[in-house]
Amino acid sequence: MAALSDNLLIVTIMSYVVAMLLHAAEYSFGGRGVIAKAAAAPARELVGAGGPPVVEESPYAAPPAPAAPRRRINAELIGRAAAVVTAVGALAHVGTIATRALAAGRVPWGNMYEYVLAVTLLGVAVWLVTLWRNPQVRHLGLFVMLVEVLLVGVAGMVLYTPVGPLVPALDSYWFVVHIGAVATSSSLFLVGGAASAMYLVRSGYDAGKRGFLYAFGARLANAEAVERLSFRLHAFAFPIWTFGVTAGAIWAEAAWGRYWGWDPKEVWAFISWVVYAAYLHARATPSVKRSVTAWIAVLGFVTMLMNLFGVNIFFTGLHSYGGLD
Amino acid sequence: MSTDVDAPVETGRAGPPSGRTPRFVVAALVAARNAWRQLTSMRTALVLLFLLAVAAIPGSILPQYSVNREAVDRYRAAHPDLAPVLAKLWGFEVYSSPWFAAIYLLLFTSLIGCITPRLAEHARALRTPPPDAPRRLERLPHSAELAVADESAARAALKGWRTVRREQPDGTVTLAAEKGYLKEAGNLLFHSSLLVILVGVGIGAQWGWHANRLVVTGPDQAFCNTLQQYDDYGLGPQVGPGDLADFCLELTGFKADFRENGSPISFEATTQVTDAHGRDLGSRTFAVNHPLRLDGANVYLLGHGYAPVLRYTDAKGVTQQTVVPFPFTDATLTSQGVAMFPDANGGAKDAQLGFDGLYLPTRDKAPYAVSDFPLERSPVLVLTAYRGDLGLDAGITGSVYELDQRQIETGRLKRFGDAKLLRKGETWTLPDGSRLEFVGTRQWITVSIRHDPGEQIVLVGVILLLVGLPLSLYGRRRRVWLKLRPDGTAQAGGLPRTEYPGFEDEFASLVERWRR
Ligand code: HEM
Repeated sequence: MAALSDNLLIVTIMSYVVAMLLHAAEYSFGGRGVIAKAAAAPARELVGAGGPPVVEESPYAAPPAPAAPRRRINAELIGRAAAVVTAVGALAHVGTIATRALAAGRVPWGNMYEYVLAVTLLGVAVWLVTLWRNPQVRHLGLFVMLVEVLLVGVAGMVLYTPVGPLVPALDSYWFVVHIGAVATSSSLFLVGGAASAMYLVRSGYDAGKRGFLYAFGARLANAEAVERLSFRLHAFAFPIWTFGVTAGAIWAEAAWGRYWGWDPKEVWAFISWVVYAAYLHARATPSVKRSVTAWIAVLGFVTMLMNLFGVNIFFTGLHSYGGLD
Repeated sequence: MSTDVDAPVETGRAGPPSGRTPRFVVAALVAARNAWRQLTSMRTALVLLFLLAVAAIPGSILPQYSVNREAVDRYRAAHPDLAPVLAKLWGFEVYSSPWFAAIYLLLFTSLIGCITPRLAEHARALRTPPPDAPRRLERLPHSAELAVADESAARAALKGWRTVRREQPDGTVTLAAEKGYLKEAGNLLFHSSLLVILVGVGIGAQWGWHANRLVVTGPDQAFCNTLQQYDDYGLGPQVGPGDLADFCLELTGFKADFRENGSPISFEATTQVTDAHGRDLGSRTFAVNHPLRLDGANVYLLGHGYAPVLRYTDAKGVTQQTVVPFPFTDATLTSQGVAMFPDANGGAKDAQLGFDGLYLPTRDKAPYAVSDFPLERSPVLVLTAYRGDLGLDAGITGSVYELDQRQIETGRLKRFGDAKLLRKGETWTLPDGSRLEFVGTRQWITVSIRHDPGEQIVLVGVILLLVGLPLSLYGRRRRVWLKLRPDGTAQAGGLPRTEYPGFEDEFASLVERWRR
């Protein structure tokens, strides 16, 4: 079982890499970006049905070079393929975690390796649901998959831990509740953060920036839609994160006798919480620019990453996850 | 309030100075009012939130007294130049520093200034019925023309809405309905709960205390909850030594379970407890994640190890017995410690006895340096004897876990015979004919004993917070109106007061029900 889990991990990473490359290919082959496609939605229907591309209805498609329509079909297909490969990767990902849970005979988030696998799986799940409900944001996939490949890759190569039992300190209901909530909210923050990053690129492009990265902006989804999506993901995640931190505090009270002790992990959980509270405030203040709000969201995710990697690796605290022994 | 905060702050020029109030008083009042507006603005809240996040960072990088005192001492020793400067800036106690407090106190002042007027406002809104329909409903973001047969059916569709019925002189009836008051209520609850938490944390800091202790099994090692009994402790400013709950505790047993690979499965301590009122509570167990909850304090299990029991009979035939907890150095409980007999040989300064010991709970082949398993399967004790002046009464309190190296270096304490390996029950005869018997071992545990009277308040605060937060984030305030004209036709209108995409569907389904 443990070996199967390790093999499935490789399938997972490979799928995510392929999905990422497909999303990247979609950028390079794509016609005039998602705005154009969204505007040309009826046309797209016809393309999907296999008929000749009807691009005349699109206000953006006015002077099509003879080859452009063909290339756009490719981009569309490539984009869909990316979503399918992502789903395949997610299945392998589920398999990786499930077989590991079976091998260990317990919940599969007992160390950093397993935790990162859980967060990234939830992240992909959040992403697929988002994609299902808002197909027009598919280009966000490149950002999400990039983060996924990096995180799953780091999990497999740096954090890998052989299957083992839980240490007594982790043997608690609160452990299940706490890590479950924190992992769920982290995955929502992951996709929300990616959406904010995408918003920054797109809105930067709209504002006339053309430098590195901003050039991609042309191919990205409508800035306002992505921004709203990002807000909804954050607003959904924040109470779950708050609950997760609270559950951690209750558990800490039972385990160490204090609900809050400013251990480095607790410090960074606090920092993330405050930054996300600032995000919600900024979002609700009309005079704060949306790009500033988006930067706060990206910063929030950076603090989450800091807690996950920085604190576990650089600082030693009470948390049994800590260290890479 | 998010809207009026962003209005420009008034300048210092007040209107025409009134006859009696001196000009500078007016100016001061205006300045104060502006400062208050500035402080309670959403922007200030944002800035303070950021400051709070940034201010929390150094405490995760620098070692903190409240987290790990020894780590601070090590850091200070390693950075003799930088450490004093950092200490002056409260770098080792960031979370109780004045600058950290300044930030959160300002933030909470801003919070109070922000929510008080909103509380009043919301209370007023709750008492005010939804306003009458605007004259031209078709100008609202959502509106529809329809035919409604029956007013009471129309009202039934508004179940759950706060509805007001008004009749116009021409016989037109308007229904004005509003929903989603819980959004603002949740927001206020959420922000107020932050204050509850702050109060709880403050009470805990002022009236709480904690202490740490090592306890060995056995009635002779029982202790009562007084400061003299503790290796280290911390009392809140409002706590005196007499305020500790007086219970007594004896460790009667300790059980640890390990897998074959040496990883722990469970730890459980059994104790005999007498509570603050002298009542015998009988045998109570506690474990990691399951503290012993007593009236006035909780006892937490932190660590455990072995304490060899040694009996020394000096050359004159005088016997002393001692139980010495050995700290462990690794996960298989390789343990190291010392046994000292300062009263040996009549207490003569040059004839005291000390033993340096290495205890291995499981080891049956050389080299006898590390234990193979944390449980006692074939325990051995390796001892080295020293004779001479232990240096105990030189006024310096030495470590109880190692011999005074200076005494050994200066030759006042000398190696006495060869090192010896002992199993339980074995006796070692030293060169002077004295004997040391390895009687057996006992278990020891380290416990943390804590009392935090603010804990329950914080918990209540957090629960309120968790209730208020989703209400605030997901609540939607909206109004609808239905104008029933005498001729049976009607007009409906809807206004979402917080933007949300689902209102269109909600309004459409309402209209649908009214139609029927
Ligand atoms: C102690 C620090 C504070 C924290 C952790 C905090 C946290 C939050 C959070 C998480 C929200 C989002 C909930 C929602 O959108 O309904 C929120 C909303 C809000 N906060 Fe705070 N807050 C703090 C202080 C303040 C202060 C000082 C003010 C006043 C200046 C304030 C005014 C508001 C307002 C008006 C909203 C509603 C925004 C909206 O229209 O949705 N908060 N706060």
